[in-house]
Amino acid sequence: MTVHHIDRLSGQDLTLAYDQRVISEDLAVTIPDHSFTVIVGPNACGKSTLLRALSRTLKPAKGRVLLDGRVIGSYAAKEVARRLGLLPQTSIAPEGIGVADLVARGRFPHQGFLRQWSKDDERVVAEAMEATGVADLADRSVDELSGGQRQRVWLAMVLAQQTPLLLLDEPTTYLDIAHQMDMLDLCAQLHDERGHTLVAVLHDLNHACRYATHLIVMKEGEIVAEGEPAEVVTVELVEHVFGLPVRVIPDPETHTPMIVPVDRRRQVR
Amino acid sequence: MSTSTLSRPRTGTRITPRGSLALRLGDRYSVLVRPRTLIVALLLVVVAAAALVVSVSVGDYEIPLAAVPAAIAGYGERLDVFFVQGVRLPRALTALGVGAALGLAGAVFQSLSRNALGSPDIIGFTSGAATGAVAIILLVGGGRLVVSMGAIAGGLITAVVVYLLAMKNGVQGYRLVLVGIGVSAMLGAVRDYLLTRAELTDAMGAQIWMIGSLNGRGWGEVIAVWLSLALLGPILLTLGSRLRFMELGDDTARALGVSTQATQVAALTAASALTGAAIAVSGPIGFVALAAPQLARRLTRTGGTTFVGAALMGAALLVVADLVALRALAPTQLPAGVVTAVIGGGYLIWLLYTEGRRGRA
Repeated sequence: MTVHHIDRLSGQDLTLAYDQRVISEDLAVTIPDHSFTVIVGPNACGKSTLLRALSRTLKPAKGRVLLDGRVIGSYAAKEVARRLGLLPQTSIAPEGIGVADLVARGRFPHQGFLRQWSKDDERVVAEAMEATGVADLADRSVDELSGGQRQRVWLAMVLAQQTPLLLLDEPTTYLDIAHQMDMLDLCAQLHDERGHTLVAVLHDLNHACRYATHLIVMKEGEIVAEGEPAEVVTVELVEHVFGLPVRVIPDPETHTPMIVPVDRRRQVR
Repeated sequence: MSTSTLSRPRTGTRITPRGSLALRLGDRYSVLVRPRTLIVALLLVVVAAAALVVSVSVGDYEIPLAAVPAAIAGYGERLDVFFVQGVRLPRALTALGVGAALGLAGAVFQSLSRNALGSPDIIGFTSGAATGAVAIILLVGGGRLVVSMGAIAGGLITAVVVYLLAMKNGVQGYRLVLVGIGVSAMLGAVRDYLLTRAELTDAMGAQIWMIGSLNGRGWGEVIAVWLSLALLGPILLTLGSRLRFMELGDDTARALGVSTQATQVAALTAASALTGAAIAVSGPIGFVALAAPQLARRLTRTGGTTFVGAALMGAALLVVADLVALRALAPTQLPAGVVTAVIGGGYLIWLLYTEGRRGRA
């Protein structure tokens, strides 16, 4: 095993900014192949910005993102979309669009003027809807669905892209706890059973510790720690990053680190 | 849902976008058609054609329907041929072309702004064109061609100003609408001021132009508007497939492999040019660009915009509206813009009412 392994997705010397507002400087990040990488950090620490840069939706002000050894911007847009899928934080379902129609939109990078709806498209869309449990909703309008169903439909659309790399920006926002766990279980299955590489931005540290095989912790635009959750997550780290005194105990279910905030009211007293 | 492992699809599961049929030739070629869209399109073509024939036949000089085809072809009675070929046919063809151009351009603007109000009427383009034309009429004087140039210039300058003001990390729908309304109001003030300073006859001419009309339009106008459609229509319809993806949000569209910025710039430019051409020919006929795309999409029940449907709907709407304008108070001819404003105003109220209710629900 002397061959030097290079991971499929990475960023080097990244400066990320919106107009003049710089979010991150000199950022270096590598997404380990076949990992379930989770990015965590306080609000406005640049998690989503990093994800957007990795998915080509945000052009870095400086530095480069490499996909399969080439600068991501040098690919044709559709070529990137065949390798890397993104579930953005906000998407808009056009009024009256059907569930199957929306999922079918995920086939765009595989389609052309004379290849509008092949048997492959049909099969892949059916699979994606089965996998996310929305097959029974195929003929409904997206407008009529609940938040949890809608989020699964969007995920089905991304799965229909058939990309080995999947980037998810806060896939559990707006979902109740049962649907949050459903969504994360589904992500874990995509990782475990299909060997997809997943990168997700999550808010909940305990979810991150439970599901991530690789954790990236960010603060003020910088990566302050990364690695396996069990090695990375400590009382000191959480206090440093979130400014919150906590206890870290093993999750009784999974034995991954579980963060319990210290009851500050009692200490004051 | 995800208690078991990822399931394989049941054998025989067939999924096709709702209401669509896939036509395939081997494994390589496949086309998706929606019967409902085709039927609606066909109906609109029939309505437009029927209105065209009727508007060619009726008038103070009545031509029997049976004699219309011959007159169009140039046979038949001399007077028939004169009225049909010289007056009524070019007018009706101009109405079709202007309607189609406004419908298509309106659909593009609405799709880009993701807002049913994002039509050229509301976002200032029409107001800019009117101001340009009024300025030419009152300050320079000159024939219809010069006025048309003024309208196009005014419209394009306004479009650029509105886009630049609304631009912030790409064009945002709401900003575009709000900035457009503001710019329209300012341009309206400029127009009013110009009118108060003008000679009475000039002011009347300008006022009539601003309503938008098809009275007296001839073959020159037919060629102008249909040539613009032939040039810009295919470009916009091609961009249309990408615009439909941009309706899902910029990030989603980009993630699916759509070059959003290039598409946005190209579509805005082409749609502005097409609107400019239509306004130059007929004056600013209101509400077609606003209503046609929404009506078409509700009839075809496509999720998202239907560009072909919007163009056909615009054509049918305007040719019918012009027929009403011709005959409603005959022998007095109304400007078509008055009719579309009445229809469109009612439509706008209905739209705001229903959208408002949905917003609260």
